[in-house]
Amino acid sequence: MMRSAIAAAVFGAVVGSGLAGGALIARAQSPASAVSIDNFTFNPQKLTVKAGTTVTWTNKDDIPHGIASANNAFSKSKALDTDDSYSFTFTTPGTYAYFCYIHPHMTGTIVVESPTGSNATQ
Amino acid sequence: MNEFDRADGVSRRKVLECMTWVGTGVLWTISGGVPHSLGIIDEAVAQETRGLTFLQISDSHIGFHLPPNPNALGTLEEAIAKVNALPTKPAFMIHTGDISHLSLESQFDDADRIISQTRLDVHYVPGEHDFLDPEQKFYRERYGRGTKGAGYYSFDANGVHFIGLVNVVDLKAGGLGNLGADQLAWLEADVKSRSASTPIVVFAHIPLWTVYPDWGWGTEDGGRALELLKRFGSVTVLNGHIHQVMQKVEGNVTFHTARSTAFPQPAPGTAPSPGPMKEVAADRLRTMLGIATVTFKQNEHRLAIIDTPLQS
Repeated sequence: MMRSAIAAAVFGAVVGSGLAGGALIARAQSPASAVSIDNFTFNPQKLTVKAGTTVTWTNKDDIPHGIASANNAFSKSKALDTDDSYSFTFTTPGTYAYFCYIHPHMTGTIVVESPTGSNATQ
Repeated sequence: MNEFDRADGVSRRKVLECMTWVGTGVLWTISGGVPHSLGIIDEAVAQETRGLTFLQISDSHIGFHLPPNPNALGTLEEAIAKVNALPTKPAFMIHTGDISHLSLESQFDDADRIISQTRLDVHYVPGEHDFLDPEQKFYRERYGRGTKGAGYYSFDANGVHFIGLVNVVDLKAGGLGNLGADQLAWLEADVKSRSASTPIVVFAHIPLWTVYPDWGWGTEDGGRALELLKRFGSVTVLNGHIHQVMQKVEGNVTFHTARSTAFPQPAPGTAPSPGPMKEVAADRLRTMLGIATVTFKQNEHRLAIIDTPLQS
């Protein structure tokens, strides 16, 4: 019983991430958000999420990329080959600058707001 | 029908872009610090080559399998066949990095199996694709013996001083390639006691000069390395990374980038990103991949670089 409830929650989060209106589902469960890597750029370059959100980067390029925090604020990904993904759940509000450790001119930012909506700076 | 067959303006531009790679027979010399163009490959071959000849290959990217090249191992084999068929056997080979695509042991194994068929000594420097294993140890274990830091070193051959530098580790957000303070201090000590008449060849993966910063094609502190070499009468800088031939001469310093043996990348700013030129037609691909031979003529301090595509 318990196991199926967890499975449903995970499934809900995955479905939510794929929907434009996914925030409604995401608020109830573990929220999720996506960054796409296209043409050596992070899209969106700046992403704002609520604390507790799992951000998933997906590499849509024909060249590998890697995700690393600019100041070691979160763990780095392995090298992402074409269509590979990396997820990290941001629990602490703040502004997280990151870059591609293979092509460091590629940079992006995740802004994590507190669940109540205020945006604390880290 | 492919990109090159279409009669619209975009295709014509593509054809013209590709032509810049097709014009391959680049040969020039340096004598007393003044560059002289000697002409095209045929003339070059006609000149008797004496002195030190060595070879540069780069960007094998073993493991790459997407358009325009489903078989990067196959094109490396073709390049090595070209090396083995050279009329003048090179003294040794340098590989300017990105041996593998994802730093898998199997990819290094495949590259080694093909490259060793030349029976030449190979002096490597790493590309950023060679440090992607979680512990960043495979490159160092295989190619880094006897080197400093992440793999920099120097050696002498026929009176020429060769310096292999590493500019692909400890990269900073928003930055370019990076040598770092330790390596620059080592370089300063390495060249300190050498006479200014010693010909210098520096090789590293990412260009040491700023080719196109928007695509990360340059080295943050490359200028500091070049400053340390300024007093030398002949400095040649050999790089890879940008998968196309590009040359520049500044005073006594000559810069040259080699083709990849795996896939071509676009000329700076001519595409939305520096990704592979995947629309290249199969019958054009081999005109955009290749190797380079470098010759120093003894006593004359002359240097010649010949870029040879897999197919002209």
